[in-house]
Amino acid sequence: MTADAQLNVLKLKPKDFASSQDVRWCPGCGDYAILNQVRRICAKIGQTRENTVFISGIGCSSRFPYYMETYGMHSIHGRAPAFASGVKLANPDLDVWQVTGDGDGLSIGGNHLLHVLRRNFNIKILLFNNRIYGLTKGQYSPTSEEGKKTKSSPMGAIDMPLSPLSVALAAEASFVARAIDVDKNLGDVLERAAMHEGSAFVEIYQDCNVFNHHAFEYATNKDSKEDHILRLEHGKPMIFGKDKDKGIWLDGNRKPRVVELGKGIQADDLLFHDEHDESLSFLLSRMTYPEFPEPMGVFYQIEDECYENLLQKQVDDAIAAKGKPDLQALFSSGDIFEVK
Amino acid sequence: MAASSNTEVLESNKPTEELASAVIRFAGDSGDGMQLAGTQFTDTSAIFGNDVATLPDFPAEIRAPAGTVAGVSGFQINFAASDIHTPGDEVNALIAMNPAAFKAHIDDVQQGGIIVVNEDEYSKINLRKAGYPEDYNPLDDEKYETKYRITKVPITRLNQEALAESGMGAKEINRCKNMFALGLIYWLYQRPIDTTVKYLEDYFGKKKHLPAVAEANVKTLKAGYFFGETTEMFPVRFHVARAPVDPGRYRKIGGNEATAMGFATAAQLASKTLVYCSYPITPATDVLHSLAAMRNFGVKTFQAEDEIAAMCSAIGVSFAGQLGVTGTSGPGLALKSEALNLAMMMELPVVIINVQRGGPSTGLPTKTEQSDLLQALYGRNGDSPLVVIAAQSPGDCFDTAIEATRLAIKYMVPVVMLTDGYIGNGAEPWRIPEASELKPIEVKHPVHEEGKVFQPYSRDENLARPWAIPGTKGLQHRLGGLEKGHISGNVSYDFENHQFMTDLRRMKIEKVAQDVPDLHVHGEETGDLLLVGWGGTYGSILTATDRARAAGKKVACIHLRHLNPMPKNLGKILKNYKQVLVPELNTGQLRLILRGKFLVDARGLNKVAGKPFLVEEIEQAIEIMLAGKLGDREYLTPRLHKVDLDDQDIDLSKFGINAARI
Ligand SMILES: Cc1ncc(C[n+]2csc(CCOP(=O)(O)OP(=O)(O)O)c2C)c(N)n1
Ligand code: SF4
Ligand SMILES: [Mg+2]
Repeated sequence: MTADAQLNVLKLKPKDFASSQDVRWCPGCGDYAILNQVRRICAKIGQTRENTVFISGIGCSSRFPYYMETYGMHSIHGRAPAFASGVKLANPDLDVWQVTGDGDGLSIGGNHLLHVLRRNFNIKILLFNNRIYGLTKGQYSPTSEEGKKTKSSPMGAIDMPLSPLSVALAAEASFVARAIDVDKNLGDVLERAAMHEGSAFVEIYQDCNVFNHHAFEYATNKDSKEDHILRLEHGKPMIFGKDKDKGIWLDGNRKPRVVELGKGIQADDLLFHDEHDESLSFLLSRMTYPEFPEPMGVFYQIEDECYENLLQKQVDDAIAAKGKPDLQALFSSGDIFEVK
Repeated sequence: MAASSNTEVLESNKPTEELASAVIRFAGDSGDGMQLAGTQFTDTSAIFGNDVATLPDFPAEIRAPAGTVAGVSGFQINFAASDIHTPGDEVNALIAMNPAAFKAHIDDVQQGGIIVVNEDEYSKINLRKAGYPEDYNPLDDEKYETKYRITKVPITRLNQEALAESGMGAKEINRCKNMFALGLIYWLYQRPIDTTVKYLEDYFGKKKHLPAVAEANVKTLKAGYFFGETTEMFPVRFHVARAPVDPGRYRKIGGNEATAMGFATAAQLASKTLVYCSYPITPATDVLHSLAAMRNFGVKTFQAEDEIAAMCSAIGVSFAGQLGVTGTSGPGLALKSEALNLAMMMELPVVIINVQRGGPSTGLPTKTEQSDLLQALYGRNGDSPLVVIAAQSPGDCFDTAIEATRLAIKYMVPVVMLTDGYIGNGAEPWRIPEASELKPIEVKHPVHEEGKVFQPYSRDENLARPWAIPGTKGLQHRLGGLEKGHISGNVSYDFENHQFMTDLRRMKIEKVAQDVPDLHVHGEETGDLLLVGWGGTYGSILTATDRARAAGKKVACIHLRHLNPMPKNLGKILKNYKQVLVPELNTGQLRLILRGKFLVDARGLNKVAGKPFLVEEIEQAIEIMLAGKLGDREYLTPRLHKVDLDDQDIDLSKFGINAARI
């Protein structure tokens, strides 16, 4: 067998990442599409089952680990980042993925999300944003729009929603991206996230077929979506629209504006995407429908040292400086006196 | 027996009075360096060869207004020529650096006791800050003059004079006055000064690169020492001989330090990396500090964003196959409980240290209490049994940490290790163990067997499930908090399975009892009264029992290290005595359990006054019980250090409460 053929035999297929458990999301739930893409990407980039760990909190989305034939933990509500951090502290070599929801990750677990991002653990964080609490049957979430009527907000939610990506950027995340469950860009974004060395935060628009169906209609409708989303490409002008006839232009006050191409404005005049530009990525994270097309793809990416490696290095440096661990020396530190 | 320390006591012309033991207390403003004076005195006495027990007492606020009673910091040391177990009831000598310290501590000094005051600080303004009435100075009060042997020393001025040539500013000079006081007390108790000289040179000179400060401190330390010799103020000195202890190498150890060392050791015995995940909280933070300084022992520390994250990350560590440990105090344990419950459900080995402090809520952060026993045992939703063990002295924290780890790994179960502020901050001499004699901790990680489906909830003879770790081929599995199917570990909503799994989790903890040694009764096998204690009250209960036995009373005591499961012979022992007394620094938590579990008519001695028991308080309770005077009263409470049957019911009207109106 040639080396290539051998690789082909050894290489796992997406279905090799499927566990024996029946998948139990509602029919039509966006989670299925995400599950398929994740399995596909794990196979594509050659991850092994035994070195991969999926950790989730609680929520519909957090059932995810049960469906992956990898190591996994369905932990407690909101705390997945802390469990995932612990796994990385113990074994920096594992591929650790975290799956969370808009309630799990931004409400009860908001604090942990900030800290896992700023520490830059090498963890892939997938936040399934369906703008609703699915598992508890449809209450408004931190990403539900103002005025959202649910069983717990019959007169409309009065909470101001937050932008998960703005939060992630403010928390010093080293990789920030957005994708849509049923969109072709999901696989690319997941692959980029998987290859990133550091905390990779990916917001995935996810349709809750039962409690918030059509929340992302504007971004998924075949006929109109290209007018409502902006596909980001590093180093390229920000052009969008079904006919690629619109773009984002920065006015004299550094405010983004939607402009039509042609009428005196060329592609070169538009804003160009730069994944390494922090303020640009923040500006993009503030652009929301219907005023703007919502950006999709990689907003931001920088190289930075990972926490688990820095900690390991401190241990190695300390051992190099002070010598190998010796219990007897540890016990005998301080003033000793001998009784005969 | 002789201690072969190379320390020399300087020559003196004054007569010496020999003492079997002495209790001294340094007290001053929190900025006066009393903790340093106290720890130095402790180190010196331990190295000299005394048995020592300490009780540091910190103010709750780090920056309480200077000169006020709230800002007083104290450090008590009991040092003896025999085996001792408590920091002592009554203070034989008090060093009061300011009026507030005098006010806060004077009542604890024995009649005829020695009081050394820094008379320079007894100014009008300081007396007012201490809350004394206008135109009153306790040093002029005849009541104190007749009751105590008060010596007024102008410490501030003498220290200034000693350091006049040092070239340091007035403020820096003033900061050295604790060393003058320490030098004086060293002279008074014939302690060698070289341990402290070395400390000052190492700490200020080498570590902080402040040789001038080191020199000044040494100078004033010596000035204090020689002042004792030359002044007429002290006609006699005291001497406390070395204690007869087992031969070996010793050092002084603090409880939190011993805990830290215990886990670092346990990790090596198990060939694991210790990852200590914690969020700072008094009085547990020193465990984090100690372990953070042990990177070269392969120890990783992780200061998490809160206690919840600390618990969760420790569990993540264990899931990934290393030793996850977290430490906290009461309020933090409350935050950890949901995750701790998950660890119980996932059956992962993880250890949670709770250095208990005064509760409830934020309570008395810097004071000691034993009031988290029920929280540790039951503070989780659902039926959630886990192992709970408690250390009984500073040095014992080391052994308890190793045992906690051993049990966690052997039985795949979370273990709560209880200590408290008293033993955590306290110190005692510790015989240095031989590392090579410590028993390794056996760890089993399964590997994939060809053709076999891995069953994460299968069990060994100890009912422990396999610790399969990520990175192991073929053993991929998913854990979580939803009920697990027996053997397969898959999510199961089956009712019969839930009943079975609940029973199984309980039986697993019961199984741990096979590793719990039988209780040793201190005293006769049967008798009139049995004292039952747990945790940090060990020393005072033991001492009170010994005193009662020496007086011919049929009293014995047992001490519980294992709170869940309990030793197998406990029920039998309880039935061998006419009465049972449970002294606890809470309102009766172990008592409640003993009554419920063994249907024994246990009575309590319960105190939550921020301090450990005085031996005397326990002695008084013993007397009341032996005299048959307790009646139906379920428990006694010491009030102002006295256990008085006539002073048990609280008269609310005395506290300005009209109970009828409530
Ligand atoms: C401590 C705790 N509080 C509340 C819950 C109930 N709960 C479960 S999931 C959830 C919200 C889930 O919303 P989200 O994270 O958006 O996940 P989704 O179901 O939408 O995927 C809540 C409130 C819980 N399981 N645990
Ligand atoms: S409730 Fe919504 S999010 Fe949950 S499984 Fe059903 S469709 Fe999916
Ligand atoms: Mg949701």
